[in-house]
Amino acid sequence: MSIIVDQDTRLVVAGLTGREGSFHGLRNREQGTEVVAGVTPGKGGQDVEGIPVFDTVAEAVSETGANTSMILVPPPFAAGAMDEAIDAGIGTVIAITEGVPVMDMLDTYWKARDAGVRLIGPNCPGVLSPGKANVGIIPAEFFEAGPIGVVSKSGTLTYQIGNELGQAGAGNSSIVGIGGDPVVGSDFVDVLALFEEDPETEMIVMVGEIGGDAEERAAEYIAENLSKPVVAYIAGFTAPPGKQMGHAGAIISGSSGTAQAKKDALEAKGIRVGKSPTETATIAVEVLGG
Amino acid sequence: MDLLEYQGKELFSKHGLPVPVGKHAPDAESAVEAADQIGYPVAVKAQVLIGGRGKAGGIKIASNAEEAAAHAEAIIGMEITGPHGEGPFTVGELWIEEGSEIEAEYYASVILDRAAKKLLVLLSATGGMDVEAIAESDPDALVRHHVDPVKGLAEDEAVEVARKAGIPEETADQVAAILISLVEIAKAEDATLIELNPLAVVAGGKVVALDAKVTIDGNSLFRHPELADLADDLGGDPQEEMARRKGLTYVKLDGDIGVFGNGAGLCMSTLDVVAQAGGRPANFLDAGGGARAEGIMDALEVITSDPKVKAVLFNIFGGITRGDEVARGIIEATERSGIDLPMVVRLDGTNSDEGLALLSESGIDNLHYEKTMLGAAEKVVELAGGSGE
Repeated sequence: MSIIVDQDTRLVVAGLTGREGSFHGLRNREQGTEVVAGVTPGKGGQDVEGIPVFDTVAEAVSETGANTSMILVPPPFAAGAMDEAIDAGIGTVIAITEGVPVMDMLDTYWKARDAGVRLIGPNCPGVLSPGKANVGIIPAEFFEAGPIGVVSKSGTLTYQIGNELGQAGAGNSSIVGIGGDPVVGSDFVDVLALFEEDPETEMIVMVGEIGGDAEERAAEYIAENLSKPVVAYIAGFTAPPGKQMGHAGAIISGSSGTAQAKKDALEAKGIRVGKSPTETATIAVEVLGG
Repeated sequence: MDLLEYQGKELFSKHGLPVPVGKHAPDAESAVEAADQIGYPVAVKAQVLIGGRGKAGGIKIASNAEEAAAHAEAIIGMEITGPHGEGPFTVGELWIEEGSEIEAEYYASVILDRAAKKLLVLLSATGGMDVEAIAESDPDALVRHHVDPVKGLAEDEAVEVARKAGIPEETADQVAAILISLVEIAKAEDATLIELNPLAVVAGGKVVALDAKVTIDGNSLFRHPELADLADDLGGDPQEEMARRKGLTYVKLDGDIGVFGNGAGLCMSTLDVVAQAGGRPANFLDAGGGARAEGIMDALEVITSDPKVKAVLFNIFGGITRGDEVARGIIEATERSGIDLPMVVRLDGTNSDEGLALLSESGIDNLHYEKTMLGAAEKVVELAGGSGE
């Protein structure tokens, strides 16, 4: 097991003929992912090192049985590419693209929800299930298979913590970058629920950062729904208090969005929060051993 | 990206949302000219991106040209600190507006609700003051309505919101129309927040936006070239300005340890760890994914242009970013600019061994290497001369 991507993943890469698309698509293939197709309008019939390219996702699905799509197209076209994948019957859409307008994501979020499609990202490093599949830009060589699930808003910080876990001798079931944008397809709670159901995952490390109230909502959710232990890390204690623009943000979330507010919310529910990536890994290994 | 009041109001006018007659004035002379054209009394309003301008003396009423000139001269150049200690911001420009007889003040806003993944309309019959306090003390006084992501805000819904908020019958239709307009503007202009506080009833029972707080999604600027131009005019800190021109994400802090990280999360975490080691970070700088030599040189230039910086920490965990590229950037930038500040480098991830080899071959003697993030933070604090107090 593991979650979201595994040996059954059949990946179609939106933007495979582009610089980023070909680099990461081919890298994902080297790392063991079944990369079955690429999509670039107008380039159907070509191939990228043996991976067939189609004009549309629908063709890629019917020709290759693709079930997962990675979005690596420029921001103005990213939501359109996600919509196309959803319409073509893809079950899992993982959007790496950074800089997608949030209004586009409001529409695409509901489109995915209504269609029952799992959307991860945008602006995320993707999902890695070590030894099985890697969809995205996580450097797979730093991770080994193991019992700890990681869910994170941040890319590089996830690598840092995953690496510290590895050095402490603990591997990962899956590493899920949910992305740091205001509207992402899956929140902490969505991914926590998947880890709870995954028999290979024994515990979860959750990596948050300032802004929004996803960590606060996750704290509530963990307390009510999770049997597996969770250890958290929050980045941004020394971030400057942003200039306050209006009041509506604080009114609706009831949270200031600061790192301290998030830490307090988690600790109030009995969730341990590491002070640094190193300490977080140490606590996680301790919890796993205990 | 936050808009100044006048920029917000110009946006409202474009979409037919009623605002008082006003003119933008970049200096005192044009302020008097604008006031003469509008007719007295006028409000002379400081244009800064923080609340609490009025209390700080940044809004004055002028009943003739002499007063307008005096107020304009006093307000331009004024330093205003926000209610939460933000800033201080120096007032660089003014908005001159017709004086309004205010009969009532409401509060209206539309905001992106990240948790619900919908736009949320907020309305209260009490505005012009601390709505956070009202929301807390009398939650029913602030009506919240989520906008259907497909259908938008229908007229009957908007009228119902106005009725629930206790907006008087005679202005309810105007307020409902304004709510619909807010939602349309948010969608059309990619605004994640539009706040009208107050939304005022002025002479003749007309409802107008007396203030405007607007936040535009920075990711959408490619389809709003006119708003992208405004971003260039926002001014601010010299390092932040320089970073913006170079396309880097940089936030100035008040310490003496320059920080260079890749990825916002790792960079924030680096600041925290430096603080835990007893140091004070001078900045947040996210070089982003895939930073190459050229970008690293730009970043180092921005960081070291802050005269307070005594030492620099590079904390890189390569995914897309390659360690050898980072190393080349550091070497080139150091050689070209002659930077002699102590620099601590912690490189991990993709091609980090190659990067570290390049750095040690370079023979640059102000470079130090550390294997771990904590070790690197402690080293840079030591090199900067302790806590920097």
